[in-house]
Amino acid sequence: MSTRARTALFLVAGAGLLAVLLIGLHGLPAFGDFRGSLSHAITTRELKARHATDYVTALNFDLRAFDTVGEEAILFAAVAGVVLLMRNIREEDQSQRRRRRDQHRFQGASQALRAQALLMVALTVAFGIYLDLHGALTPGGGFQAGIVLSAGPAVLMLAGRYLTLKRIAPDWVVELLESGGAAGLTLIGIGGLVFGGVFLQNFLPYGTPNELLSAGIMPVVSIAVGLEVTGGLLLIFSEFLDQSLLNTTRESEQQ
Amino acid sequence: MTALQVSALVIVTLCGTAIVLTPSPLRQTLLMAIFGFALTALFFAFQAPDVALSELVVSGIALPLIVLSALRRLADQKRHASGQDTTDPAGSDEPGASSPGGERSER
Amino acid sequence: MSFLPFAVGAWLFIVGLWGVVTSAHLVRTVICLGVVQSSTYLILLAIGYRTGGRAPVVADISPHSRLVDPVVQVLVLTDIVIEATVAALLLALVVQAHRRFGSVNPAKLRALRH
Repeated sequence: MSTRARTALFLVAGAGLLAVLLIGLHGLPAFGDFRGSLSHAITTRELKARHATDYVTALNFDLRAFDTVGEEAILFAAVAGVVLLMRNIREEDQSQRRRRRDQHRFQGASQALRAQALLMVALTVAFGIYLDLHGALTPGGGFQAGIVLSAGPAVLMLAGRYLTLKRIAPDWVVELLESGGAAGLTLIGIGGLVFGGVFLQNFLPYGTPNELLSAGIMPVVSIAVGLEVTGGLLLIFSEFLDQSLLNTTRESEQQ
Repeated sequence: MTALQVSALVIVTLCGTAIVLTPSPLRQTLLMAIFGFALTALFFAFQAPDVALSELVVSGIALPLIVLSALRRLADQKRHASGQDTTDPAGSDEPGASSPGGERSER
Repeated sequence: MSFLPFAVGAWLFIVGLWGVVTSAHLVRTVICLGVVQSSTYLILLAIGYRTGGRAPVVADISPHSRLVDPVVQVLVLTDIVIEATVAALLLALVVQAHRRFGSVNPAKLRALRH
């Protein structure tokens, strides 16, 4: 189909879809007028008993945790797909790379940038750990913390310490992080099955609200999710950046 | 509806439309990050701090890094295909192709 | 005026689809798909909003105060993170497609045509 025909077809179909969407959305309760009975029951009865002060995390890692396991499975599958696709390419260039591996350093970063990067890594990782542990108390939790945690090493990669990073955190460590997180979540679920009779049933004491060690399995689930997201994103970054950074060093050597 | 919500909605609309109307993927990546920050403000105004935090870290860290490194790899492959010739190969047939090329020549 | 969030959501959905349909660069397609996804976040959060409601974090407010709906927020929260990894998967496919067919223009991927 030619581009023009496709565009014309979309103009008709898109206008129709927009009209249908607007009519459908018009049938919803007006903005600000939400009164879901399910939500009311959850917030008044279920969540208060769980001693978590952040209801979103409480839903995510306890009441709706089974769904979180599903989301984690999607994440895991997506990362596995990225790794499969990119390693396929990498192996084709492997012989080239091995020869050059040791003699290369990324030239683009200045000393000041590298020093700043080291400082940023410390701050980023500290913030990530804070977010991960306090998920049940304040906004945060494993999903956000995982991305913040993976940003630390990513800064290191961008500041030209890529090969150093590969020595500190080789691929197998990152892979272990990711699969460990996924396995941990499943094990917590089986723990619920063993101690409570239901998959992902809470089996830890709820503790005092507003304390770090409260809200039952939520902090543990949060840590498992955080590990998986960190590992998954680091794997994606390293698969994508691998070839690019090595190519950069090859060029700067030629010039 | 508060003024903050209305203005955030307007900015989100403008940014989203601008992303789609921008032909170059590199510029789109920058706009995408700005769009993400506008969404963050909007989610915050919708009283959803968890979601705002999530959007902030994804659009500020994860997505730009992934897209930029993918663009970089495409540029590398393009050059590789034309035998290490750095005079912007294969850039003429695609409207978006000029952006990885532009990034390359700036370095 | 109270319909504005839904209208913006519908607009982003259509405009993102327009980008996907007319895109001449596969990376651009992936980015426009992200715009389509954002529209669903917006509509979901708009559904769960309550006028005068507060964020569902009861660390320093009473649990009996008027809160916005936390359920839709959970749906959106996890999906945003999943979006990043799925975008990475799509971009890996783009890199592979470019390697195999030598182009990132969907109209030029001849091997897909029969």
